[in-house]
Amino acid sequence: MFNNNDVLETINMVEREHLDIRTITMGISLLPCIRKTADKTASAVYDTVCFKAQNLVNVADELAKEYGLPIVNKRVSVTPASIICAPFAARSAKIGKALDDAAKNLGIDFLGGYSALVHKGMADYEKTFIETIPEVLATTDRLCSSVNIGSSKSGINMDAVKLMGEIVKKTAAATADKDGFGCAKLVVFCNAVEDNPFMAGAFHGIGESDTVINVGVSGPGVVQHAIEAIPEADLTELAEMIKRTAFKITRAGQLVAREAAKRLGAEFGIVDLSLAPTPARGDSVAQILEEMGLECVGTHGTTACLAMLNDAVKKGGVMASSRVGGLSGAFIPVSEDIGMIEAAERGQLTIDKLEAMTAVCSVGLDMIAVPGDTTATTISAIIADEAAIGMINNKTTAVRVIPAPGKGVGDSVDFGGLLGRAPVMPVHNMSSAKFINRGGLIPAPIHSNKN
Amino acid sequence: MRAVVTVIGKDKTGIIAKVSAFLAEKGVNILDISQTILQEYFAMIMLVDMSGANEQLSVLATECREMGEKIGMSIHLQHEEIFNAMHSI
Repeated sequence: MFNNNDVLETINMVEREHLDIRTITMGISLLPCIRKTADKTASAVYDTVCFKAQNLVNVADELAKEYGLPIVNKRVSVTPASIICAPFAARSAKIGKALDDAAKNLGIDFLGGYSALVHKGMADYEKTFIETIPEVLATTDRLCSSVNIGSSKSGINMDAVKLMGEIVKKTAAATADKDGFGCAKLVVFCNAVEDNPFMAGAFHGIGESDTVINVGVSGPGVVQHAIEAIPEADLTELAEMIKRTAFKITRAGQLVAREAAKRLGAEFGIVDLSLAPTPARGDSVAQILEEMGLECVGTHGTTACLAMLNDAVKKGGVMASSRVGGLSGAFIPVSEDIGMIEAAERGQLTIDKLEAMTAVCSVGLDMIAVPGDTTATTISAIIADEAAIGMINNKTTAVRVIPAPGKGVGDSVDFGGLLGRAPVMPVHNMSSAKFINRGGLIPAPIHSNKN
Repeated sequence: MRAVVTVIGKDKTGIIAKVSAFLAEKGVNILDISQTILQEYFAMIMLVDMSGANEQLSVLATECREMGEKIGMSIHLQHEEIFNAMHSI
């Protein structure tokens, strides 16, 4: 039984420390929607998504009131669309439009799953599908796309890496009037997870059941306040405090996830406890790291602080729920985190440091604006570096970079809302083209041979 | 089903009277009341039984918040499960 302090602590977490359920994401299988033609499939996809998720927003709003816990986003993830579109890959855009229309009809902010999994090989229909991504992201509003180009088990598909560098550039060009906004809806993964509730990288894996509720909980502010409360603690005590806090937050998420699944007639999938920042002050992962004792995020010691934070968050989460999944850890999207934005503007946070940080946190190079004249092969090389970190360390890594058209270092791009604003960060200007143009597969690492 | 009502704000006369009258009118039975002073703020925490309530929890939660705004207090009504989930192993 809880006591008065527990009650007040929970209320304080919500009122002052930005504790929220960041997203309730309904995963929907589209496999039963496959028809011979694009038109018939699009119609089946639209009907299925609208039917299965018809009560998602209402149920989420009701739960938010009952538990007094804000539920910020309601989202849907679907089976990677390249599978659904295989019989008519050149007309995949039709399915993209149907998904975007369904998202608008449901009143949800994002729908993820305009995706392809090509980590070992890329079929012709998958290549054709991937080539539709720039146009689809330019002509839809709420649809998100992701492509998995590598895994610890299969290696890195460098032909796909090369292609994705070009696709990122084309997506930026197709949305040049909005600073390359399309790229904010496109994630390139290594070791993508099938039950991630967070956007833009969410899709509903084919190993999942028909309809699943996954919940993403957040709370960088709560962790920051917990650390503030013990200014003289050593790092062992700090890790313990982070763990306890993560436990409480995850429990809240699990409660909401179970109840949402019950009311929506879906399976309860996973709780993803990820410290996902927003541009609001006090809701920042960078500020947690600074509270640990760094003058500015990006300086020496940042990787160690982040490693400890990420691990303590996972330990607290795993203790709280046996269904922890997704990415679970700390997110470091530059444009969505006020501390990261400021550190980048001060020149303290560089892409190279961010790359090191991604080796110890739960994601990758996220929401980073780079100069508009960055070449496709350089972007491919950035993707390859991240994928290598993911592949060797058996973890998910992702790249979501925005080569902002017409912008250079010193400029910034502003996407507004949760996506925030990103200062354009410099990249290395020596060429990686020969390496990228070789193509082929980087073989899976030796430790993948466990059978 | 049980819920927790929390009233937080600057201390003044008649708070308990107003809140309990409101709950009685809605058919909500108060099981336990405790109060504490939190820094300079007054904090009252009530455990209530919702089984006789004439409105749904989500509706009452909104009404409580609105009443709080009227009397200058922050009032929450929440399902007790959220506290059990977060604070017990």
